[in-house]
Amino acid sequence: MQSLLSQTFLAALLTGTVVSAIPLILAALGEQFSERAGVLNIGVEGMMLSGAYAGFATTLAGGGIWGGLLAALACGAGLGALMALFCVRMGMNQIIVGIALTLGAAGVTALLHHAHFARTYPRLDAAPRIAIPGLSGIPVLGQALFHHHPVTWLGLLAPALFALIYRNSFLGLNLAAAGERPDALDATGIGVVATRSAAVIVGGAMAGLGGGYMAVIASGIFVPHMTGGAGYIAIVLAMLARSRPLSVLGGGLLFGMCLAVTTALQVGGIAIPTDVIQMLPFVAVMAVLVLFGRHARMPSALGQPYRRGQR
Amino acid sequence: MSEAAGITPVSRLPPRSRVPVPPFVGTTLVPIVLALVAGGLVLAAIGTDPLAYYAYVLERGLLRLRGLQATLVHMIPLLILGAALIVSFRSGLWNLGIDGQYMLGMLTAGALAPHLVQAMPLAPALGLSALAGGVAGTLWALPPAWLRARHGTNEVISGLMMSLIATSLVAALVKLWLRDPASLEPQTLTLAVGDRLPMIPGTDVNVGLVLALLVVLGVHAMMTRTAAGLRFRVLGLNPAAARHAGFGGPVLAMSVLCLSGFLGGLAGSVELIGALGKMQASWNPAYGFAVVPLVFLSRFNGLALILLAFAFSVLEIGGASAATRLDVPQDFTLVLVGFVLIFLALAEYLAQRRAET
Amino acid sequence: MKPAVPIVALDQVTKRFPGVVANDRISLAFQAGEVHALLGENGAGKSTLISMLAGIQRPDEGAILIDGQAVALSSPGHALRLGIGTVYQHRMLVPTLTVAENLLLGTPWWQRPRRAAVAERFRRDARAFGIDVPPEARVDGLSLGEQQQVEIIRALWRGGRVLVLDEPTSMLSPQGVEELGAMMRRMAAQGVSIIFITHHLTEALAFGDRVSVLRGGRCAGGIGTAEFGALPRPALMERVVGMMFGTAVANTNALAAPSLALPRAGDATMLEVSDLSGQAFRDIRFDVRAGEIFGIAGVDGNGQTPLVQALAGQIPSRGRVMLGGQDLQGRSIRQRHGMGLRYVTDDRGGEGTVATLPVSLNLLLKDLGRAPFWKQGFAERRAIQAHASARMREFDVRAPSTETPIGKLSGGNIQKALLARELAGSPRLIIYNKPTHGLDLRNIEATRARIRETAQAGLATVLVSTDLSEVLALSHRVGVMLRGRMVGIVGNGPDARDRVGRLMAGLPESAAEDAAGEAAA
Repeated sequence: MQSLLSQTFLAALLTGTVVSAIPLILAALGEQFSERAGVLNIGVEGMMLSGAYAGFATTLAGGGIWGGLLAALACGAGLGALMALFCVRMGMNQIIVGIALTLGAAGVTALLHHAHFARTYPRLDAAPRIAIPGLSGIPVLGQALFHHHPVTWLGLLAPALFALIYRNSFLGLNLAAAGERPDALDATGIGVVATRSAAVIVGGAMAGLGGGYMAVIASGIFVPHMTGGAGYIAIVLAMLARSRPLSVLGGGLLFGMCLAVTTALQVGGIAIPTDVIQMLPFVAVMAVLVLFGRHARMPSALGQPYRRGQR
Repeated sequence: MSEAAGITPVSRLPPRSRVPVPPFVGTTLVPIVLALVAGGLVLAAIGTDPLAYYAYVLERGLLRLRGLQATLVHMIPLLILGAALIVSFRSGLWNLGIDGQYMLGMLTAGALAPHLVQAMPLAPALGLSALAGGVAGTLWALPPAWLRARHGTNEVISGLMMSLIATSLVAALVKLWLRDPASLEPQTLTLAVGDRLPMIPGTDVNVGLVLALLVVLGVHAMMTRTAAGLRFRVLGLNPAAARHAGFGGPVLAMSVLCLSGFLGGLAGSVELIGALGKMQASWNPAYGFAVVPLVFLSRFNGLALILLAFAFSVLEIGGASAATRLDVPQDFTLVLVGFVLIFLALAEYLAQRRAET
Repeated sequence: MKPAVPIVALDQVTKRFPGVVANDRISLAFQAGEVHALLGENGAGKSTLISMLAGIQRPDEGAILIDGQAVALSSPGHALRLGIGTVYQHRMLVPTLTVAENLLLGTPWWQRPRRAAVAERFRRDARAFGIDVPPEARVDGLSLGEQQQVEIIRALWRGGRVLVLDEPTSMLSPQGVEELGAMMRRMAAQGVSIIFITHHLTEALAFGDRVSVLRGGRCAGGIGTAEFGALPRPALMERVVGMMFGTAVANTNALAAPSLALPRAGDATMLEVSDLSGQAFRDIRFDVRAGEIFGIAGVDGNGQTPLVQALAGQIPSRGRVMLGGQDLQGRSIRQRHGMGLRYVTDDRGGEGTVATLPVSLNLLLKDLGRAPFWKQGFAERRAIQAHASARMREFDVRAPSTETPIGKLSGGNIQKALLARELAGSPRLIIYNKPTHGLDLRNIEATRARIRETAQAGLATVLVSTDLSEVLALSHRVGVMLRGRMVGIVGNGPDARDRVGRLMAGLPESAAEDAAGEAAA
C-alpha cells in the first residue's frame, strides 16, 4: 500500500484524471449547449472521432498542435452543421441521424487511418508541457495541475467561460428559450431554426475539439474507435449537469478520475478489476435517477423539431 | 389548428393522383442502393475498385458454402435483437439499452449452462440457460422501464447508461467470480462443443438460427395478430388513443420494455449456448448499432428484417474476408450503414413532405 | 371624433385551412386609443385572425393595412417592428427563466443582458399599470395572472402601438378580470390601440369602446362607439346576444321544435353527480334519468371537456359519481366502459381513433382483446371484419372497405364510426362531447337523429355542445357551465334560449336553479 499512496503515484493519478477529463468536459459542454437549445445530439461520439482524426492528421502533417486542434474543431463543427441541416432545418429524426453520423464517422476515420497510417502507426511528439513557476513546485498538486500543455488549462477553464457567456450574454437565454418554449422565442422575433442550428454547430465543434485533444495532446496517436464511448459519457454528463457548466467540470473530473484510476491500477499491478471502478459513476447516476427521478428533467422541447404555427 | 377545424367544412379534397410506388421500394430499397453507390465512391476514393469489392464480398459471404454458413450463424443474434427492437420501436419506445441486455443474457447463460449440463439432460439444461438469459435481460431493462413509466425519464439515455454499466459489470464478474481457472484469458467456463445447441443436419449452422427465425416470426405474428400486439401498436401510433380506450397506462409501457429486454437477453444466451460456448471478459460486439438501422430499414416489419439481417450478415462476413484480401478494413461496413441511415431519413423526410403538400 | 386612418385594418381577409375556411372576408378597423373587443365562440376564427396579425400566418386573400398601407407581415419579428405586440391565450414565457430574463429575450445574442436596467424599467411601468410582480422571480413560480401581466408589459415594450390580447380573461379570477380591465383602460388612455378578444359578453361591454362579433369565420356585426354612447346597457346586450347566439345569422339546421320531438324521459335516475371537482371544474352537481338528454351548454373552455373526461375516468376528480346505483369513483376507464358508460370524444383524430389503423380495428379499440373478436389473445379476422361490416352498414359509415385506414375517411364518416363503436354492447349512459363539431349539414342531421334515437331506446344521455341551438333542439334540461362551475340548470321550453344565453354570457340570472327545470322532464 505504501507504493499506492506515494507521491509519484498520486501525482500520476491526478495528472491522468485531468488529461482524461478534458475531452469529456469539452464534449459535454458542447452537448449541453445543444441540449439546452432542444437538440439531442446522439452523434457526439462520431464528432469526437472525426475531430481526433483531423487533429492527429493535421498535427502530423506539420500543422502544429494548435493547427491540429483547430482542424479538430472545424471538423466537429462541419459534422454539427450536417446534423443541423438534417435535424433542425429539415426536422429529420434526431436519433437516426445521430447514430448515422456516429457510424459514418467511425467508419470513415477507420478507413482513412487504414489508408494512411496502418503500416507505420506514427506517433506525435509529446505535447510540450509548461510548468507554472512556483505553483508547479507544490508537492503532488503542482505536477498534476500546473505542469501541462496550455490547452489543458483552457479545457479546465472552459466551463467557467461557458458559465460566463451564459450569464453575460443573451446566448444562454436564447438557447434556454429555444429548448423550453420555441414558440415563445419565435414570438419575440428570434429565429428558432437559426438559434438551434448554431447550438448544434457549436456542440459539434466542442466535441471535435475534445476528440482532437484526445489524439493530439493526451495520447499522441490515432487508433480507430479510440474514443471508446467517451461521447456517450459526455451525453450523460450533460444530462446530469442540466444547464450548469460548472457541474460539467465536476462530473467530468469524476469520470476522468475513474478512467485514470483504471490505468494507474494497471500500472500498479493491483488485482481489482478496473471495470468495477469504470462502472461506478454510471451506477451512481442510475441510482440517482431511480431515487430522484424528477431530477432528470430535460428541456421540454428536447428532440422535437420546430415548425412555426404548429402546436 | 384545432380551433380552425370546426368551421365551414369545405367538400372533401379529391385523392391526389400519384404514381403508385410500393412503400418498400421508396423507403428501403432506394436508400440501400444509394448507400451502396455512395460507399462505392468512398472505396474509389481510397483506391479500391468498388465493383471488385462488392463482387468479392458477395462471393465470400453468400456464394461459397462456408461463407454462407458463417453468414447464417452471424444472423442469429441480429435476428433476435431485431425482434426485441421491433417490439419496442413499434410501441413508440426506444430501448437503446439492448446491448446491455444482450451482455447480461450471455453472461447468465455462460455462468449457468456449464453447470446445468452436468446436472440434467441437455435439452432442459440449454432451455433453462436460454430462458435465464432472457430473464437477466428483463431485469436489466427494468430500471429504464420503471423510470420511463413512473417519471417519464427519457429511456434512450438511461438505456445507454445501463449498457455502459453492463459492459463493465460483465467484465468484472467474469474476472472476479466466473473465471475459468484453467484459462489464461479471463473468460467463463467453456461449454463443450457437444453440449451446445445441435447443428441443423448437414450444416455447420446451429439450431439457434431456427429459434431466431421463430422468434422473429413470433414477434411479427404477435404484433400483427394478437390483442397484446395491437395494444403495443396503438401505444406507438397514438398514445392518447391508448389512454382514451383505457389501456395506455404505465403497465403497458413497462411490459413493452421488459419484453424487449427479455428478447435482448435471449439473444445473448442463445449466442452463448449456440456459437460461442463461453463468454470472454472483453466480449462486446455492440450489435445494437448494427441492428437499430436494420430495424428502421425494415419499417418494423419482421419479414423484412429477416432479409435485411441476411444482407447485412453477408456484408459483414464477406467484408471480413475482403479486409485481409483487398485491404479494406471492415469498418467500411459502418460507413455503408451510416449512409443507409442518412438516405433512409432523407427518404422519410421527402415522403412526409410529399404527403403534406 | 373619427380618426381618418386606423392603425391596423383588415380588408376582406380570408384564410383557409385544408377543408375549412377559418376567416371569410373579414374587414375590421382598429383605432388608436380604443379598446376594440372581438367577441366570438371558439371556432369563430379569432385565433386565426390573431396569428395573422402577429405574423405567424399569412392571409390567403385580402390585405392587412398598417397606417393605411398594405403590409405583408412575414414573421413575428416583422409584426413587432411595425408596432403590433401580441399576448397569446397560452402563456409564452420560458418557465425556467426569470421575469427580467424573459423580458430581455429577443435581443441579439452577443449583447449583454442588462438585467438591472430592465428590472428597474419593469418596476416603473408595472407600478404605472398597477402590477405587482418582482422582476427577479422565476416565471414558473408566478400565477397565471401574474405571467399574463408580465406578457402584457412585454408586448407593450416590443410593439407599443397595438396590443392584441387573446382571451386574456380566460385564466383570471373575477378580481383579476377587473384589474385587467382597469389596466386596459389606462393603456388606451395613453394612445395604445387594444384588440381585446373574449367570449364573455359582459367583459366586452364593460371594457370595450367598440365591439365586433365573429361567428363561423365571418364578421357577424358590431357596435360602434357612437351606439355605445347612445344605447342603454340592456339594449346593447340584447343586440350582441342576438349576434352571437341568435337567429340573426341563418341557422344551419331546422329541427322541429324541441317540445314536440323530445321523447319522454323515464323515471329512474341513471347518473348522479354530486360535488364533483377537478382541475378545471368545481362542485358540479346534476343527475340524468334513463331516456333523458341532459345538455351541457357553455362557451368552449369553461370546463365542459375536463368534466366529461373525468366522468369517463380519463382524468382524476373528487366527489361522487353514481351510475345506476353503482359508485364510479376509483374505477378505471375500462371498468366504467364495462359498466355501460360510453364517452364519445370530441377529439376524433387525436384520441378517438388511430388514423393509420383500419376502420375494423378502430371499431373495436375499446373491446380490444375481448371474445369473440380475439380468442386466446389472437385476432379472429373474420369475426372482426363481420362485426365491422355490420356496424358500418347499420351506422352508414362509408368507406372503401373495412380495412381502409380510418384517417382516410371524412370527418362525418369518422364520427359515424365513433358512434358505431360507442353504441355497441349494452350502454346505459352515453356522453357526447361536441358530437357535430366540424361536420357538414347532412352528417349533423344524421348524428342528431342518432342521439334522439338512442335516448328514445332508454339510454341516459349527456350532451356537451357549444352550439346553443343544438343543445336546445335535443335536450330535456340544459346545464350551463361558466368558469368551471355549473351556473344554472334550465328546463327546456320557449324561454330557454334566452335564459341559457344569458347564463352563458355570464349575466346574472335570478332563478338559475329553477323549478321549471325540474318539472319539464
